[in-house]
Amino acid sequence: MPVQALLIGIGAICGVSTFLAILMVIADATIANYGDVKIKINEDKEVEVTGGKPLLSSLMEQRIFIPSACGGRGSCGLCKVKVTSDAGEYLPTELPWITDEEKKDNIRLACQLKLKKDISIRIPEELFNVKEYLAEVVSLKDLTYDIKQVTLKLINPDDISFKAGQYIQFKVPEYEMTAEPVYRAYSMASHPSRKNEVELEVRLVSNGICTTYIFEHLKAGDSVTINGPYGDFFLRDTDSDIIFIAGGSGMAPIKSILNDMADRGVERNIVYFFGARSVRDLFLLEEMKELEKKLHNFTFVPALSEPQLGENWKGETGLITEVLDRHLKSGENVEAYLCGSPGMIDATKEVLIKRGVPEGLIYYDKFG
Amino acid sequence: MTEGITFYAIFFAAIFTNNILLTNYLGMCSFLAVSREVKTSVGLGMAVIFVMAVTSALNWLAYRYILVPLDLVYLRYIIFIVIIAAFVQLIEMIIERVSDSLYASLGIFLPLITVNCAILGVSLFMIIRDYHFLSSFFYGLGSGIGWALAIVAMAGIRQKMTRSRVPKGLAGAGITLIIAGIMALAFMGFSGMIKIS
Ligand SMILES: Cc1cc2nc3c(=O)[nH]c(=O)nc-3n(C[C@H](O)[C@H](O)[C@H](O)COP(=O)(O)OP(=O)(O)OC[C@H]3O[C@@H](n4cnc5c(N)ncnc54)[C@H](O)[C@@H]3O)c2cc1C
Ligand code: FES
Repeated sequence: MPVQALLIGIGAICGVSTFLAILMVIADATIANYGDVKIKINEDKEVEVTGGKPLLSSLMEQRIFIPSACGGRGSCGLCKVKVTSDAGEYLPTELPWITDEEKKDNIRLACQLKLKKDISIRIPEELFNVKEYLAEVVSLKDLTYDIKQVTLKLINPDDISFKAGQYIQFKVPEYEMTAEPVYRAYSMASHPSRKNEVELEVRLVSNGICTTYIFEHLKAGDSVTINGPYGDFFLRDTDSDIIFIAGGSGMAPIKSILNDMADRGVERNIVYFFGARSVRDLFLLEEMKELEKKLHNFTFVPALSEPQLGENWKGETGLITEVLDRHLKSGENVEAYLCGSPGMIDATKEVLIKRGVPEGLIYYDKFG
Repeated sequence: MTEGITFYAIFFAAIFTNNILLTNYLGMCSFLAVSREVKTSVGLGMAVIFVMAVTSALNWLAYRYILVPLDLVYLRYIIFIVIIAAFVQLIEMIIERVSDSLYASLGIFLPLITVNCAILGVSLFMIIRDYHFLSSFFYGLGSGIGWALAIVAMAGIRQKMTRSRVPKGLAGAGITLIIAGIMALAFMGFSGMIKIS
């Protein structure tokens, strides 16, 4: 009887599927249900979140922002948090970022640590100062063929306090290249005194999620979401001579620091080495000239590694490390601030140390 | 049931002479995708061993006590897949609950396995070959070990290969398939030693 056989078949599939589905529902409600967990922050503040999710995003829901440049993929190592309660073993995904020293202190990556029970953490007080901002794109301007200046006006809240050199995180909404929002770090190039505005200098990374969004989709008038400020790449208040070294979009935080020094009338000896490939990679030369006039003793040294024949380049040539090696006679009484690609930073750091700049006085932001 | 085959013969045959990956070419997609590093391929291999062994036993029970009595043998494909998927999902939840580090080293591979055709292949072969319960379990376990062996060997070769110059057109999946072919030839050397089908 074919009809009966068919019904038995359908019945069997439904039966088995229903049984398994019920099993899954039960499992979801028991095994995968971690209930609400409490996060105790700095021994005084306590928040309650749904368990099972990473610490980083749970804190973000509570509007507490831990620095992160990779948006939680475990590839930047910035989201370090000190955990003062037992939080289980380290995960293989955390280990590349955690030094032995940090292990003793129980420092964990907030994006990898899933919340399964109550936890106590300790974070720097200034992170409570980090906010999420709604902003509007005022303008997008080409600085070079692959660097754009993005100016944002803050809408809500409408002002930001930051130290020159710090960075914000830019939220990329879902679009062709990403199925979920991602966050990327960009240094603020604007003056800290202009509290209603944030200016970024973004270099296009081919096939990059965030930079493609900024270069190909973002228009003046669009709304964007950022959070910040983060970072400890800011000028230390000493009398030492200052060396800045940057390449590409590493210009951004240093421009902010220089303008801030000019505003505050800081009188220190400053040399700024800027590495680029050829003339078409240079930008903001006029502004640097202005700053040379405004600041007490400031020299801007652009250096080209591959100047093209037709460009008629009269300035320094060579890799930034070579140029630095030629200029810097002694590292005595010197403080250095580096910003750019990890490769450039590691290489120049080596030269500085060789010249006697103490490692502890070399500050940097790696754009990796 | 072929006369005289004991379950340990089946077990060893599944590892060497009838290696599911190298003689049946099943489970190729994850084999190609996750064989770049020995460490990760060991993780995936372990997960496959575990899932193959347990699902072959579960599917055998479902086959013997649900499908055969109800005369629904033709539904085995759907039922097997559903059981495998549910089992993998469940195990993933349990591992995540009990151990973070086990989850990080094994759990992340489990979703990949649901769609691994070698897992379904094992369940289907054991039915075709009419194995007993115990034989089925050891067949699953052996096949899993065989699959893990093949992927770890491949990962070892590929790790070495990062330092050699592969012609551009062959880089990636191309050269991997060629190596898999040569490995299969090598495994053919075992054939005839034990027969299971
Ligand atoms: C503290 C900090 C401050 C930063 N400030 C700035 C800034 O002021 N201006 C700026 O332009 N960028 C800055 N960056 C870099 C920025 O956060 C992004 O990493 C970069 O813009 C690429 O993002 P994406 O989403 O487009 O690329 P992704 O989609 O993340 O990456 C695509 C591919 O490019 C590679 N990649 C990632 N970043 C780079 C890079 N910088 N150069 C070359 N390849 C890369 C990745 O490995 C990946 O393979 C900063 C980073 C940090 C950590
Ligand atoms: S957010 Fe980048 S490593 Fe955690």
